[in-house]
Amino acid sequence: MKKRIIKTSITIFFLFITLVFLIGLNKSSIYDTKDLVGKQLKNIELDNFNENKILRESDLKKNDFLLINFWASWCGPCRREHPTLLKLNRINNLTILGVNFKDKKENAKKFLNELGNPYDILAKDELGKDSVYFGIYGIPESILVDKDLTVIKKFVGPISKNEFNYIVKTVEK
Amino acid sequence: MKFKIFYILLIISFTNLNASQKIIDSNNIFKNIRCLICQGQSIADSNSDFAQTIKLVVNDKIKEGKTEKEIYEFLIEKYGEWIVYKPPFNFNNSLLWILPYLTFLFGGFLIFLLLKKRANR
Repeated sequence: MKKRIIKTSITIFFLFITLVFLIGLNKSSIYDTKDLVGKQLKNIELDNFNENKILRESDLKKNDFLLINFWASWCGPCRREHPTLLKLNRINNLTILGVNFKDKKENAKKFLNELGNPYDILAKDELGKDSVYFGIYGIPESILVDKDLTVIKKFVGPISKNEFNYIVKTVEK
Repeated sequence: MKFKIFYILLIISFTNLNASQKIIDSNNIFKNIRCLICQGQSIADSNSDFAQTIKLVVNDKIKEGKTEKEIYEFLIEKYGEWIVYKPPFNFNNSLLWILPYLTFLFGGFLIFLLLKKRANR
């Protein structure tokens, strides 16, 4: 009887360990932004790009949806993403906030003059510290938020065609 | 006289202990923060742009008087638990914390049973 209990408990224990390893090793260890969805952006303080003024939450709640795009003139993928942002700018219910990331003002202005300005509001983050408050770890990155500044989705890298369709669908719902 | 010296030394040692507890070692924090764009590196080991920015933010938070725990909580809120090497105990990772102790207890129990069996022979 005792032998059977020992055998069964050893089997159960090893099955349990195998199961834990199986689940653990199959889990993706790549950084994912899904945890940020549903969280509200708070205590926003961004430097206005053109004026010596601070942009706060109240300045960003003018439309039902807000797309915060982090970009720089030195970033190649941002250049590729730019036509998509220009298309998104045509949507009525969406405000686009551009945060110029670790860039020189002159270069940023030149970039916008050359490719067009898709941003309704423009801010700058010269040291990149403000972007940490948005969970940014590289550019381009965009965050779609609702009127309460609750994160709907975060887009890492240039906005793809599917992601563009998702934004249009969400905003025009 | 001896007692006086003893008390003075005791007070000094407690004061030092309190002071050392209040000083936050930024390097210690850097070592526990994962560089999200690097391969298996903490921000202490990385010179990437991301690591440099996070270091600036952590130093700012220390200057603001935030505790080590508050700094981790802030970064977890922004980047998720993946950013720290030592995640806080919660339901999702409870197994990770408890399993080594369970294994230890189970091993002990097995050894106990085997020894008991051998003694009975």
